[in-house]
Amino acid sequence: MTGADALFAILVLPVAAAALLVLLPGYRASAWINVAASLLTFLAAASLFVLERPAPGNFLLVDDLNIVFVVLNTFVGLTAAVFSASYIGHELETGRLTPANLRFYHAMYQMMMFGMNLALTSNNIGLMWVAVELATLSTVLMVGLYRTHEALEAAWKYFILGSVGIALALFGTILVYLAAQPVLGEGTPAMVWTNLIAAAPRFDPAMLNVAFVFLLVGYGTKVGLAPFHAWLPDAHSEGPTPISAVLSGLLLNVALYAVLRFKLLMTANAEAVAPGPLMIGLGLLSLVFAAFMLYPRRDIKRLFAYSSIEHMGIIVFAFGIGGPLANFAGLLHMVMHSLTKSAIFFAVGNVAQIKGTQKLAEIRGLTQSHPALGWGLVLAVLSIAGMPPSGVFMSEFLLVTTSFARAPVLALILVFGLLLAFGALLLRLTGVAFGTPTDEDHPMAGSLVPLWLHLALIYWIGLHMPRAMVEWFQTVAAILG
Amino acid sequence: MHDLAFDIAHLLAGSLVLVSFMMIYQDRLYALLNTFALQALLLAMAVAWQAFTRDAPHLYATAAIALIFKAIIVPWALHRVVARMGIQRTVETVTGVVPTMLAGMGLVALSILLMLQLTEAAENPLAREDLAFALSVILLGMLMMVTRRNAVTQVVGFMSLENGLILAAAGAQGMPLVVEISVAFSVLIAMIVIGVFLFRIRERFDSVDTEALDAFRGERR
Repeated sequence: MTGADALFAILVLPVAAAALLVLLPGYRASAWINVAASLLTFLAAASLFVLERPAPGNFLLVDDLNIVFVVLNTFVGLTAAVFSASYIGHELETGRLTPANLRFYHAMYQMMMFGMNLALTSNNIGLMWVAVELATLSTVLMVGLYRTHEALEAAWKYFILGSVGIALALFGTILVYLAAQPVLGEGTPAMVWTNLIAAAPRFDPAMLNVAFVFLLVGYGTKVGLAPFHAWLPDAHSEGPTPISAVLSGLLLNVALYAVLRFKLLMTANAEAVAPGPLMIGLGLLSLVFAAFMLYPRRDIKRLFAYSSIEHMGIIVFAFGIGGPLANFAGLLHMVMHSLTKSAIFFAVGNVAQIKGTQKLAEIRGLTQSHPALGWGLVLAVLSIAGMPPSGVFMSEFLLVTTSFARAPVLALILVFGLLLAFGALLLRLTGVAFGTPTDEDHPMAGSLVPLWLHLALIYWIGLHMPRAMVEWFQTVAAILG
Repeated sequence: MHDLAFDIAHLLAGSLVLVSFMMIYQDRLYALLNTFALQALLLAMAVAWQAFTRDAPHLYATAAIALIFKAIIVPWALHRVVARMGIQRTVETVTGVVPTMLAGMGLVALSILLMLQLTEAAENPLAREDLAFALSVILLGMLMMVTRRNAVTQVVGFMSLENGLILAAAGAQGMPLVVEISVAFSVLIAMIVIGVFLFRIRERFDSVDTEALDAFRGERR
């Protein structure tokens, strides 16, 4: 098998699985086919590390940067599929979903994975846009899956805001093409990313500046940056929980990846405006805003949705500061956030099923009634709040120290936001995890394996980051400039 | 001959902006849908004219999609949705017509100033003005989405925004994937229309603000 085959497999497996899943009626078989397809996709993605990479074409590309994203994407896609397989049957029993819904759900799951993998491996800014749109559409359908008033309103809001965001991103893409066309000539080559980055120093800087603003606002809406975040809490809290995990852990990363690609284009052109300050501003705004919004939350999934806005703010801030150390911190934080946040949603899905509610006030004493689940949730929330020795602590520590050295005032705001969010999360965690347990209604159906697997990874990386991973991240951080 | 070609392209792109203004002051749903159909027709003509003068046959496909799908099928489907679901026939606005029109003029002035200055170096005057008009249509479409409450009018605002994008993409010389992008957008719009119909999104959503759902989730004290 060559790298080209692996790349091909990453894209074709999800599409083939989606086509198969549309045809299959039984949900049990579908759930395991979903897992199997995700596993094969993950293996194909992981094999890109060792296989020789295919040469970049007009449409697809594998490089040091996107391998990290693709492997993370397919890994969390796999664990979320495993969790979903054990979880989703319960939704059928309680009558929240019908068998037809589930058939649709599994097919859409693979379509979404396809959209995200395509966006991450595309070498063409037009194709990347189409892929992000595909991933958005399939998640919109999943968010509205329960068909309740709230779910439909959340899906509608996500749809409208996501579409506007994506429309602005397309306008930015057209402007990038217009900047490239005098240099690279008409036609497809002027939309190929590897050509663009090579010729970027000769582009019209004014055109690039305006294009970047549109791209940042457009794809930034999908990243969930404040003030364009309005869709995010609703979409996360109303859809099925495995989808919340995927939305938070993966889809936000895909949009972030698009922003990073265009940031590279901007930094390659010496005369264009530096993209850093814009990203720092949006990042800090999201962090502080979300940290305040964590306090009044009454719904457990909305709580962690706001926490995703907060962490996306931290990551965008890190990449905005730039430089080898901050980029390293940003990458590590992105990986850790994906793993931790999806672990939290795996736990929250079980909690919501046991208690039959998402209201924080009605969930009490989980560590007593369900030790494995409760302590798993405690460890995951401590990790996302940034307690040592988790990987999140490591990346936040690295980011705070580098930004104190480079921009002390910004670092103060960063620390303020981090502490504020830390307080909110711990406050809510104590309520949920300790105290006298409330009555439970339902037995636990969802598997705890994905949760503890993620936790093991998070704390392993936090305690002892493998040498190979450090070197890899250092290379990528250097590319990011 | 070249000047005539330029004038016609200019006229068509300019009338798209004009129709966007017409959409802002419509207060009846059916009239709004008809105005949208007119805009889609103008878009189809503008794109077809580009295809003809620049000898770019693939743009005819984009023009055909705009004509058949957006000027005929979608307005017809939305007419039926409105009739079948008994949606209120008047358009509910957040602000009055006059402030909205003034804001619209401000947005058009802004986009023309921005785009003409930006593309000063470009050798092709058509691309410059097309881009300025396209951005105006995009911004006016966004304005319409913000100032309308009802789901159907928000959809119309979005489609008008998308008309601006297609105009921009068609105006960018030799841009690849234009046809693919217009197909992708058509899929998106078809899904919205089906969504409105199937999920019976007839309730108006007062805002696209997070606070609105906080109330449902018991988060408002």
